[in-house]
Amino acid sequence: MSDIADKIRELMQQINRPIRLMEVCGTHTVAIFRHGIRNLLPDSISLLSGPGCPVCVTAIRDVDTAIAIAQAEGVILTTFGDMMRVPGDKKSLFDAKAEGADIRIVYSPLDALKIAEDHPHKKIVFFATGFETTSPSVAGTVLEAERRGILNFYIYSVHKTVPPALKALLDSGEVKVDGFILPGHVSTVIGSKPYEFLAAGYGKPSVITGFDGPDILAGIQMLLTQIEAGRAEVGIQYSRVVKPEGNPRAVSILNDLFEPEDADWRGLGLLPGTGLKLREKYRLREIRNILKLEVPVGKEPAACSCGEILKGIKMPHECALFGKACTPEKPVGACMVSSEGSCSAYYKYKAVFGHAPE
Amino acid sequence: MELIHLGHGSGGRMMHQLVREYIAPAFAMTSLNDSALLGDMPPGRIAVTTDSYVISPIFFPGGDIGLLSVCGTVNDLAVSGARPLYLTAGFIIEEGFPLSDLKKILGSMSAAADRIGVKIIAGDTKVVDRGKADRIFINTAGIGVVEDGVDISPLNIRPGDRVILSGPVGRHGISVMAERNGISFDPPVLSDVWPLNRLTQRMLATTKSIRVMRDPTRGGVATTLKELANDSGLCITIQEDQVEVPGGVRGACDLLGLDPLYIANEGILIAIVERDKADALVEEMRRDEAGRSAVIIGEVTEAPARTVLLKTALGGIRIVDMLAGDQLPRIC
Repeated sequence: MSDIADKIRELMQQINRPIRLMEVCGTHTVAIFRHGIRNLLPDSISLLSGPGCPVCVTAIRDVDTAIAIAQAEGVILTTFGDMMRVPGDKKSLFDAKAEGADIRIVYSPLDALKIAEDHPHKKIVFFATGFETTSPSVAGTVLEAERRGILNFYIYSVHKTVPPALKALLDSGEVKVDGFILPGHVSTVIGSKPYEFLAAGYGKPSVITGFDGPDILAGIQMLLTQIEAGRAEVGIQYSRVVKPEGNPRAVSILNDLFEPEDADWRGLGLLPGTGLKLREKYRLREIRNILKLEVPVGKEPAACSCGEILKGIKMPHECALFGKACTPEKPVGACMVSSEGSCSAYYKYKAVFGHAPE
Repeated sequence: MELIHLGHGSGGRMMHQLVREYIAPAFAMTSLNDSALLGDMPPGRIAVTTDSYVISPIFFPGGDIGLLSVCGTVNDLAVSGARPLYLTAGFIIEEGFPLSDLKKILGSMSAAADRIGVKIIAGDTKVVDRGKADRIFINTAGIGVVEDGVDISPLNIRPGDRVILSGPVGRHGISVMAERNGISFDPPVLSDVWPLNRLTQRMLATTKSIRVMRDPTRGGVATTLKELANDSGLCITIQEDQVEVPGGVRGACDLLGLDPLYIANEGILIAIVERDKADALVEEMRRDEAGRSAVIIGEVTEAPARTVLLKTALGGIRIVDMLAGDQLPRIC
């Protein structure tokens, strides 16, 4: 493995300037942390966590809406576990559960469908979060509910899509990154084609990368090779799983059920066309079309720099709240929420070594 | 099917019948006085511990709540350096609980106590309304004796000490999680729930200078090591590739986005010992059923204080911290 680390070091000598790479996906953020990748890299490479962690980017108002749904009469809200701790304006789903709302953690939307079957007199709502890795299975579950005539199964969709979000980020003109480590799982579904604008339109190198330690180092090496040669293309390091055309069947189910809508991103604001809503034919499966909910617009915490951190403009320790008002025990902003989010990871590093990582 | 009724906890005839026909015979209790009187205790300091077991599901691959309630408390005594002697058992049972399940649970408690060599000497049974408890809760308290010269405390840890792990990690937590969520693995992941008292007695017979022992239950190996680093004010560095993660646990963790170092165990221990004694101790541990794959996983250094570091298989370093709460399965 030191082979790849050596090659990375050689490439950095040739490039001879600091390089900022953004890992788009939250699973990469976790894997980079778990494998201790940062201290295998020269100090001149910064790894920035991008907008691909659903925990980090689910808007405050969307969390508040999920809480309001859970508190409505006759509803059981089902959710992936890691949404439970995400703070809304005043509270999290954990708080709402402690206060008596019926909220259940499930491992798959099909588990939620099973709960719907078992409780025919309740409305079972699945909090549909995440990117193209999870949305096809939600689409499949809605179809299954239709097929089996399970009428009390609903979703609350705050699904988001990766490529349009990257485009919106780049269009903001503020993003300071030299290349993208693209998500492996999302890309098994959508393939590499939807990312081609990164190279063609913006001249940014990118590599679809797997999640093992060696995968990530190899992905970084492929990115540096492009940067060193002055090329920009969509590379596939994770070729044992990802095909350029993706998984056409999953894409077609996704497109059959969902259409793009504007989506609110925590820290980034409203990004046009980056969300997914159910098409007209399935509109009665969307709980927002069933329950009338008045949820006020949640305020982003003042002085929180999450937006700039997700765009790679600021490093976590450059935020005024970092380590003071905002800590892993009492997170203010999204990047401190996820236990391995960039602010949280930096916080731990600083607590131990007395300084921020390079 | 015979079910537990509220009357079984009423103090009247039904309760006496339950105790006489089910509970007392399972634990070979001869007298049913209000207190058990202990005979002469062996020399040494007396250790006492208590723990409540509220696990759901109550039957899981590799064990049940009865086995767990005996092993869990015995293991708390064992890693304190104590030889377990007596247990008490309190039951809180939900109305409608099948008597046949109670019988099964009592059977595994009694079998475990026999194997371990502890006596269950006192007990209590309460029945609560349906919905006021989740099937059955068990509290056990344990009494044991720590031989003179044995001093188990994180304050004894010194730089240069070695960290020993007695077996593979993650089996109990994954087995329970799989059962709870109807996920099955082939082959199934069995809980590691198992008494550790033979192993710890064997270890203490080899050397009394074991600094500290802990069983990494809730929060897993990572949380236990972090507690030891905090309490000793030192740094513990472990090698990722020395920690054995069974294939099924690895697969489940990859699937669910969990870290095996934070998954609960019920049949392994961590021991910290002087460097010079570590190899001999590991060799001795491997002679015991519960210590077959004991291995040195790391060492203690002065700085950075109150820190656990993990050297990854790739050669990177990662900081191991406590989690805020439970590990939660991820979305993507």
